[in-house]
Amino acid sequence: MPKLNMVQAINLALKEEMQRDSSVVILGEDVGKDGGVFRVTEGLWEEFGSERVIDTPLAESGIIGAAIGMAVYGLKPIAEIQFMGFIYPAIDQIFSHASRVRNRSRGRFTCPLVIRTPYGVGIKAPDLHSESTEALFCQMPGVKVVVPSSPYNAKGLLVSAIRDPDPVIFLESTRLYRLIKEDVPKDEYTIPLGEARVIQEGKDITVIAWGSMLHRVLQAVEEFDAEVIDMMTLSPFDEETIFKSVKKTGRAVIVHEAPKTCGFGAELSATIAEDAMLYLKAPIVRVTGYDVVMPLPKLEDYYMPTVERIKQDLEEVMKY
Amino acid sequence: MPERIIESFNVRYLSVLDEKGDADESLMPSLSDEDIKRIYELLILSRTFDHHALSLQREGRMGTYASILGQEASQIGSAYALEKSDWIFPSFREMGVYIAMGYPIDMLLQYWSGDERGMKTPDDLNIFSLSVPVGTQIPHAVGAAMAAKYKGDKIAVACYFGDGGTSKGDFHEGFNMAGVVKLPVVFICQNNQWAISVSRDKQTASKTLAQKAFAYGFEGVQVDGNDIFAVYKAAKEAVEKARSGGGPTFIECFTYRMSDHTTADDATRYRTKEDVETWAQKDPILRLRLFMERKGLWTEQYEKEVEENAKAVVDEAVKNEEAIERPDPKDMFRYTYETLMPRQIREMREL
Repeated sequence: MPKLNMVQAINLALKEEMQRDSSVVILGEDVGKDGGVFRVTEGLWEEFGSERVIDTPLAESGIIGAAIGMAVYGLKPIAEIQFMGFIYPAIDQIFSHASRVRNRSRGRFTCPLVIRTPYGVGIKAPDLHSESTEALFCQMPGVKVVVPSSPYNAKGLLVSAIRDPDPVIFLESTRLYRLIKEDVPKDEYTIPLGEARVIQEGKDITVIAWGSMLHRVLQAVEEFDAEVIDMMTLSPFDEETIFKSVKKTGRAVIVHEAPKTCGFGAELSATIAEDAMLYLKAPIVRVTGYDVVMPLPKLEDYYMPTVERIKQDLEEVMKY
Repeated sequence: MPERIIESFNVRYLSVLDEKGDADESLMPSLSDEDIKRIYELLILSRTFDHHALSLQREGRMGTYASILGQEASQIGSAYALEKSDWIFPSFREMGVYIAMGYPIDMLLQYWSGDERGMKTPDDLNIFSLSVPVGTQIPHAVGAAMAAKYKGDKIAVACYFGDGGTSKGDFHEGFNMAGVVKLPVVFICQNNQWAISVSRDKQTASKTLAQKAFAYGFEGVQVDGNDIFAVYKAAKEAVEKARSGGGPTFIECFTYRMSDHTTADDATRYRTKEDVETWAQKDPILRLRLFMERKGLWTEQYEKEVEENAKAVVDEAVKNEEAIERPDPKDMFRYTYETLMPRQIREMREL
């Protein structure tokens, strides 16, 4: 079984799905000959040609708008937005159209579209290259939001996203792109959307995270008997796995990179409070990015929840 | 090194049928007498629908509605050049296009009465759900055309919008892509001179809207939008060019919005009665009637029959629509995703 990093695993998922289904096409800025700025689409232009791996003009709203038209016509487009901070011009197309196509036409038209975009802190890049605004999309019914945390689940989740009949926002952590290598089967496998996974069992405290934060969580929990949940899909999210764990441990800590206010942790926290309040031994705690504009690289390490910050909060919760 | 002109463009203006009903035979598109009568009947049907829709709204029997009064030739003339297999991406002021393509009229009333089921396009048509946000449907048409080209389907994609839409970023992004990839799209702009209260001269400093197409590498043509023959001719040529791989065309139909922006608007706040009266003289239906009368295709008896038939069709549609039961409240959940989310299932139980 080959050991792949996340870039290679995503590339493999794209390649295999394109080989399997001729209606799968890729479009975006620099995705063709250049193979994408992170090389995620490397080799696909050579294999599938410029009609299926389309270098578009520099126009985010146009890319998503065109992808919607393609999806409605019967293709399965995978649009790449070069960085999550550049998705904002396309939010009109995502919110006003992609999410509403099925509803507006009572199912006559559908929008099986995947929007892949790199997110989060990780590459010491300029303004708007480190955004983590996943919660924006979780508030919009009609789109799904998926955040893989490893090469293995990136491949399985992306295959599911491509085959999903509805629009999916697929967020790829730039920090994770080349951070870890693991076994990724060449054989076909999928990971269902909407299911979280307990990646470490424990008795005392439930720690919930997704994407890049999961790796800091795993370091932070080393001295605790913690149960760690990888959400993988934020919309629709897996309430059952969370309830089951929190009812067992009685404590919940949520860790995310995005600012605290109205971050996805707020939704998880409220959900736990609504349905599992009586099982709690301590308040629910969120360890998050600060409520500031994402700083440039010199201060980004202060912005991100560190292993140390997560540990401190875990200790506080345990002491309560 | 001398300074020199490296690019220049000529913008064509096309007009075939004048206000007196005289047609320039050298420019007449190929249309049989039966075609002309069918077009006339669609014009009357659209105007009758529009009139009824406005009345129903005033009586509180229908919601906010965007009238097409004055723009019937731009809509019917362009739609008549399309086949049912072609794809259409409409704005919200396109009821004439829907009617010309054979969309069930009771469903149009149902939609404007606030029932999504009216937008469930019948399977034999490819009219995408109308776009309320202005101009955002332009990239959709471009994407559909890319898909059609990739699949090798010999179809055309028609995209409708107004003068206001040409100011949007999606106009630029969509037109640009259509030009680069040489797509089978026909962009049809009804320049009705008003984007709610903002007049055409405040929308852009361009002399015409048509000329904008040249910057994207394809032709733009301005036509008399109240001249059914000019609109049909330009659309037919553009559709054939699209189907045969010749790339996109931009048609600016120069017309006028005779009614308010929608039933929620009062146009007397921002435009003069004189302006509206001048345009009333250019009425698209009146001039076709004069033409047909001269050709022996129109009589008072024929007019009576066409009007009565249109009224009967719309009355029947109103009756059918008003007999439709309200949608099941649970319906609001059913089309968010293909399958319901666990949380939606619990929420549905509250209804």
